Amino acid sequence: MTKADIVENIFDKVGLLKKDVSDVVELVFETIKHTLAKGEEVKLSSFGTFTVKQKRPRRGRNPKTGQDMTITARKVLSFKSSHILRDIMNRK
Amino acid sequence: MTKSELIGQVSEKAKNFTPKDVEVIVNSIFESMAETLAKGDGIEIRGFGSFKVKERAARKGRNPKTGETIDVAAKKVPFFKVGKELKEMVNK
Repeated sequence: MTKADIVENIFDKVGLLKKDVSDVVELVFETIKHTLAKGEEVKLSSFGTFTVKQKRPRRGRNPKTGQDMTITARKVLSFKSSHILRDIMNRK
Repeated sequence: MTKSELIGQVSEKAKNFTPKDVEVIVNSIFESMAETLAKGDGIEIRGFGSFKVKERAARKGRNPKTGETIDVAAKKVPFFKVGKELKEMVNK
Protein backbone atom coordinates (compact mmCIF):
# COMPACT_ATOMS: atom_id res chain seq x y z
CA MET A 1 0.00 0.00 0.00
CA THR A 2 1.26 3.45 -0.93
CA LYS A 3 0.07 6.97 -0.22
CA ALA A 4 -1.93 6.86 -3.47
CA ASP A 5 -3.74 3.73 -2.23
CA ILE A 6 -4.56 5.45 1.05
CA VAL A 7 -6.14 8.33 -0.89
CA GLU A 8 -8.01 5.83 -3.08
CA ASN A 9 -9.34 3.96 -0.02
CA ILE A 10 -10.70 7.01 1.71
CA PHE A 11 -11.77 9.60 -0.86
CA ASP A 12 -15.24 8.21 -1.60
CA LYS A 13 -15.83 7.58 2.08
CA VAL A 14 -15.37 11.25 2.93
CA GLY A 15 -17.28 12.62 -0.07
CA LEU A 16 -14.53 15.00 -1.15
CA LEU A 17 -12.57 15.34 -4.37
CA LYS A 18 -9.65 12.96 -4.75
CA LYS A 19 -7.28 15.86 -5.33
CA ASP A 20 -8.41 17.53 -2.09
CA VAL A 21 -8.06 14.33 -0.07
CA SER A 22 -4.62 13.83 -1.58
CA ASP A 23 -3.57 17.34 -0.48
CA VAL A 24 -4.73 16.73 3.09
CA VAL A 25 -3.05 13.29 3.25
CA GLU A 26 0.17 14.96 2.09
CA LEU A 27 -0.20 17.66 4.78
CA VAL A 28 -0.82 15.06 7.46
CA PHE A 29 2.46 13.23 6.76
CA GLU A 30 4.38 16.50 6.35
CA THR A 31 3.06 17.75 9.70
CA ILE A 32 4.02 14.50 11.43
CA LYS A 33 7.51 14.66 9.88
CA HIS A 34 8.13 18.24 10.96
CA THR A 35 6.94 17.52 14.48
CA LEU A 36 9.34 14.57 14.74
CA ALA A 37 12.15 16.67 13.24
CA LYS A 38 11.72 19.01 16.23
CA GLY A 39 12.27 16.02 18.50
CA GLU A 40 8.66 15.94 19.63
CA GLU A 41 6.79 12.63 19.84
CA VAL A 42 3.63 11.94 17.85
CA LYS A 43 0.90 9.86 19.48
CA LEU A 44 -1.77 8.47 17.21
CA SER A 45 -4.34 6.83 19.45
CA SER A 46 -5.33 3.31 18.40
CA PHE A 47 -2.40 3.20 15.93
CA GLY A 48 0.86 3.87 17.74
CA THR A 49 3.46 6.37 18.95
CA PHE A 50 6.49 7.72 17.11
CA THR A 51 9.32 8.80 19.44
CA VAL A 52 12.71 10.36 18.74
CA LYS A 53 15.39 8.64 20.79
CA GLN A 54 18.86 9.98 21.50
CA LYS A 55 21.56 7.36 20.97
CA ARG A 56 24.95 7.65 22.63
CA PRO A 57 28.16 7.12 20.68
CA ARG A 58 29.33 3.52 20.86
CA ARG A 59 32.12 1.35 19.55
CA GLY A 60 31.35 -0.60 16.46
CA ARG A 61 33.11 -2.43 13.72
CA ASN A 62 33.02 -2.06 9.99
CA PRO A 63 31.70 -5.51 9.04
CA LYS A 64 33.44 -5.34 5.65
CA THR A 65 36.94 -4.41 6.79
CA GLY A 66 36.78 -5.60 10.41
CA GLN A 67 38.12 -2.21 11.47
CA ASP A 68 37.11 -0.79 14.86
CA MET A 69 35.31 2.52 14.68
CA THR A 70 33.12 4.78 16.74
CA ILE A 71 29.46 5.03 15.88
CA THR A 72 28.59 8.65 16.52
CA ALA A 73 25.80 9.87 18.80
CA ARG A 74 22.60 10.23 16.84
CA LYS A 75 18.88 10.61 17.01
CA VAL A 76 16.73 7.79 15.72
CA LEU A 77 13.02 7.35 15.26
CA SER A 78 11.21 4.55 17.01
CA PHE A 79 7.64 3.33 16.58
CA LYS A 80 5.66 1.57 19.28
CA SER A 81 2.42 0.10 18.01
CA SER A 82 -0.71 0.46 20.09
CA HIS A 83 -2.42 -2.55 21.67
CA ILE A 84 -5.46 -1.76 19.56
CA LEU A 85 -3.46 -2.06 16.33
CA ARG A 86 -1.88 -5.34 17.47
CA ASP A 87 -5.33 -6.67 18.42
CA ILE A 88 -6.75 -5.75 15.01
CA MET A 89 -3.82 -7.52 13.35
CA ASN A 90 -4.36 -10.69 15.36
CA ARG A 91 -8.13 -11.02 15.45
CA LYS A 92 -9.35 -14.22 13.88
CA MET B 1 1.60 15.80 19.62
CA THR B 2 -1.62 13.83 19.81
CA LYS B 3 -4.01 12.95 17.03
CA SER B 4 -6.31 15.86 17.92
CA GLU B 5 -3.37 18.29 17.89
CA LEU B 6 -2.37 16.90 14.51
CA ILE B 7 -5.92 17.49 13.24
CA GLY B 8 -5.76 21.05 14.64
CA GLN B 9 -2.47 21.87 12.92
CA VAL B 10 -3.48 20.39 9.59
CA SER B 11 -6.83 22.27 9.76
CA GLU B 12 -4.98 25.56 10.17
CA LYS B 13 -3.01 24.92 7.00
CA ALA B 14 -5.86 23.41 4.98
CA LYS B 15 -8.05 26.50 4.98
CA ASN B 16 -10.61 25.18 2.50
CA PHE B 17 -11.47 22.19 4.69
CA THR B 18 -13.53 22.13 7.83
CA PRO B 19 -11.81 20.67 10.91
CA LYS B 20 -14.47 17.95 10.72
CA ASP B 21 -13.31 16.99 7.19
CA VAL B 22 -9.71 16.90 8.37
CA GLU B 23 -10.67 14.77 11.35
CA VAL B 24 -12.48 12.27 9.13
CA ILE B 25 -9.50 12.10 6.76
CA VAL B 26 -6.91 11.67 9.54
CA ASN B 27 -8.95 8.92 11.18
CA SER B 28 -9.50 7.23 7.81
CA ILE B 29 -5.77 7.28 7.01
CA PHE B 30 -4.83 5.35 10.13
CA GLU B 31 -7.86 3.03 9.96
CA SER B 32 -6.98 2.19 6.39
CA MET B 33 -3.34 1.59 7.35
CA ALA B 34 -4.43 -0.65 10.25
CA GLU B 35 -6.70 -2.66 7.93
CA THR B 36 -3.86 -3.13 5.45
CA LEU B 37 -1.55 -4.42 8.18
CA ALA B 38 -4.37 -6.66 9.45
CA LYS B 39 -4.47 -8.27 5.99
CA GLY B 40 -0.75 -8.94 6.36
CA ASP B 41 0.18 -6.39 3.68
CA GLY B 42 2.94 -3.80 3.98
CA ILE B 43 2.68 -0.02 3.60
CA GLU B 44 5.19 2.29 1.99
CA ILE B 45 4.99 6.06 2.46
CA ARG B 46 7.68 7.80 0.40
CA GLY B 47 9.89 10.07 2.48
CA PHE B 48 8.30 8.81 5.67
CA GLY B 49 8.89 5.10 6.08
CA SER B 50 7.45 1.65 5.61
CA PHE B 51 5.47 -0.76 7.74
CA LYS B 52 5.78 -4.51 7.47
CA VAL B 53 4.09 -7.36 9.24
CA LYS B 54 6.35 -9.79 11.02
CA GLU B 55 5.23 -13.20 12.18
CA ARG B 56 6.22 -14.27 15.65
CA ALA B 57 6.23 -18.03 16.17
CA ALA B 58 4.36 -19.64 19.06
CA ARG B 59 6.60 -20.13 22.07
CA LYS B 60 6.57 -21.27 25.67
CA GLY B 61 6.46 -18.36 28.03
CA ARG B 62 6.49 -18.04 31.75
CA ASN B 63 4.35 -15.99 34.05
CA PRO B 64 7.02 -13.98 35.84
CA LYS B 65 4.89 -13.69 38.95
CA THR B 66 4.00 -17.33 39.47
CA GLY B 67 6.75 -19.04 37.44
CA GLU B 68 4.06 -21.01 35.67
CA THR B 69 4.80 -22.11 32.07
CA ILE B 70 2.25 -20.91 29.54
CA ASP B 71 1.82 -21.22 25.78
CA VAL B 72 2.24 -17.96 23.90
CA ALA B 73 0.36 -18.23 20.60
CA ALA B 74 1.90 -17.24 17.24
CA LYS B 75 1.13 -13.62 16.44
CA LYS B 76 1.69 -10.87 13.94
CA VAL B 77 3.43 -7.66 14.94
CA PRO B 78 3.88 -4.45 12.96
CA PHE B 79 7.41 -3.31 12.20
CA PHE B 80 8.31 0.24 11.15
CA LYS B 81 11.39 1.18 9.16
CA VAL B 82 12.07 4.89 8.91
CA GLY B 83 12.52 6.35 5.42
CA LYS B 84 15.74 8.04 4.35
CA GLU B 85 14.36 11.58 4.27
CA LEU B 86 12.70 11.40 7.71
CA LYS B 87 15.74 9.62 9.18
CA GLU B 88 17.89 12.56 8.13
CA MET B 89 15.36 15.15 9.31
CA VAL B 90 15.26 13.60 12.79
CA ASN B 91 19.04 13.48 13.11
CA LYS B 92 19.74 17.05 12.00
